[in-house]
Amino acid sequence: MLRHAATSTLLLFKNRLVVLRLLRQFFVTTGQISQFAARYWREVWFPPYEFQELLKQCFLIGNKSMALVGTTGFIMGIVLTLQTRPTLIEFGAQSWMPAMVGIAIVREIGPVLTALICAGKVGSGIGAELASMKVTEQIDAMEVSGTNPFKYLVITRVTATTIMIPVLVIMSDLISLGGSAIVENLKGGVSFTLYFSKVLEFLQFGDLLPSIIKSFFFGFAIGIIGCYKGYTSSRGTEGVGRTANEAVVIASLLVFVLDFIAVLVTDIFYEL
Amino acid sequence: MNSDPQTYSSVVSIRNLHKSFGSNHVLRGFHLDVAAGENVAVMGKSGSGKSVLIKCIIGLEPIDEGQLIVLGKDVPKLSVRELDELRADVGFQFQGSALYDSMTVRENLEFPLRRHLEKIKGYRAEDLVKEALENVGLLNAIDLLPSELSGGMKKRIALARTIIMRPKLILYDEPTSGLDPITAREISRLIVDIQKQYQAASVVITHDLACARITGNRLVILSDGKNYIEGKYEEVERMTDPVVHSFFT
Repeated sequence: MLRHAATSTLLLFKNRLVVLRLLRQFFVTTGQISQFAARYWREVWFPPYEFQELLKQCFLIGNKSMALVGTTGFIMGIVLTLQTRPTLIEFGAQSWMPAMVGIAIVREIGPVLTALICAGKVGSGIGAELASMKVTEQIDAMEVSGTNPFKYLVITRVTATTIMIPVLVIMSDLISLGGSAIVENLKGGVSFTLYFSKVLEFLQFGDLLPSIIKSFFFGFAIGIIGCYKGYTSSRGTEGVGRTANEAVVIASLLVFVLDFIAVLVTDIFYEL
Repeated sequence: MNSDPQTYSSVVSIRNLHKSFGSNHVLRGFHLDVAAGENVAVMGKSGSGKSVLIKCIIGLEPIDEGQLIVLGKDVPKLSVRELDELRADVGFQFQGSALYDSMTVRENLEFPLRRHLEKIKGYRAEDLVKEALENVGLLNAIDLLPSELSGGMKKRIALARTIIMRPKLILYDEPTSGLDPITAREISRLIVDIQKQYQAASVVITHDLACARITGNRLVILSDGKNYIEGKYEEVERMTDPVVHSFFT
């Protein structure tokens, strides 16, 4: 009996130690990411400006994610309309479909879905690229050639994701609404003009602006996490895969946390 | 042995250099002087701190203690900008070549040129790229990507990228590692040719005896973080000391 109690106490103590270690790791990583982000804001204003690399990264992020984001957005627009249609018909509220889909897509589904796709595609890509550059000493080679690798690699990529994710969000929103309009046209005989005029009638500036603002934050978070994980990667080639994986997990989690904060802040503004 | 050094003033002067990583004390009072135009080969066991030594020389690793003067500049006291200026005069060849994967050979060579435009005033970047590639015998690889090159070709291109800035000092980190003996010998001879053509001093980190013999005007053996022995290759080779002897058997 006494022995069982002692074993249980020891197990509880060990578990608490594990929890404490995890908590410590969480706070240390959060602190390091914050420092990394602060370094970005300190260095982004001062020359040299790597415009050519920034444009290249904008093109790569935008161009290479366009098809995936567009396809997902299109399918999401169709699915959302098909799933909600029967319920709206049951309540005789079919005419509210453009408003409902429009608000859901613009306020929430478009930005979050695009950010999650980009966290997976762009965030992991940046993480793996920088980690592999670190392992093969390419970052050191940049430094000895008189280039600030933080400016050349990190600032350009983070700025590119911050600019391009909102662009991809707008594109995804439009394609999603297009998908929804096709369903409404085929199933309910609603013309495209009527559908989009209804969407515009119900959508307000207050729906669009918070969505765009939070997309910038999503883009920044995806870029900074990918770069942080890649830039601080270790353990050789094994570390490259681990970095890509961690970049996706942390960036995706951060997208939800930022979305939660954005919704709370927007709610406060609406109440005012 | 490469027996054609030129006598200039000291390019690298290291006194009592100490460097640790946590509890691992890698360098424990290392000394080195490299004259202008001289090639010094540094040999030592794996993990003896050879690569750390040249990373300290270029300022990639901060030193813990000691004096480190490169081209007349006290490296630990340099600001970031001053360090960048110094690096324009120092070439570094990495063990794994460290070519930028996303860039072609031409872009890899142009990369350092774009950073130091003042140093190439009066020259066209295109001409410098072609000249550097001709010197390593790979002009035909100008538009290839690093993934399309063999190990030996990568080493040559990395060498071309190192010499394109016409450095006064070149640091080689295991220039022949991972190469077959024939290609390794070609690279070693290329290092000697570059020394003669560019009048650059070099520190060659290696554990390849043939490379040390061909490239080094002087050989330094690093053991326990200190200079164990130094002298001409033939002199060191004849020594009966068991530590020294273990390198040659």
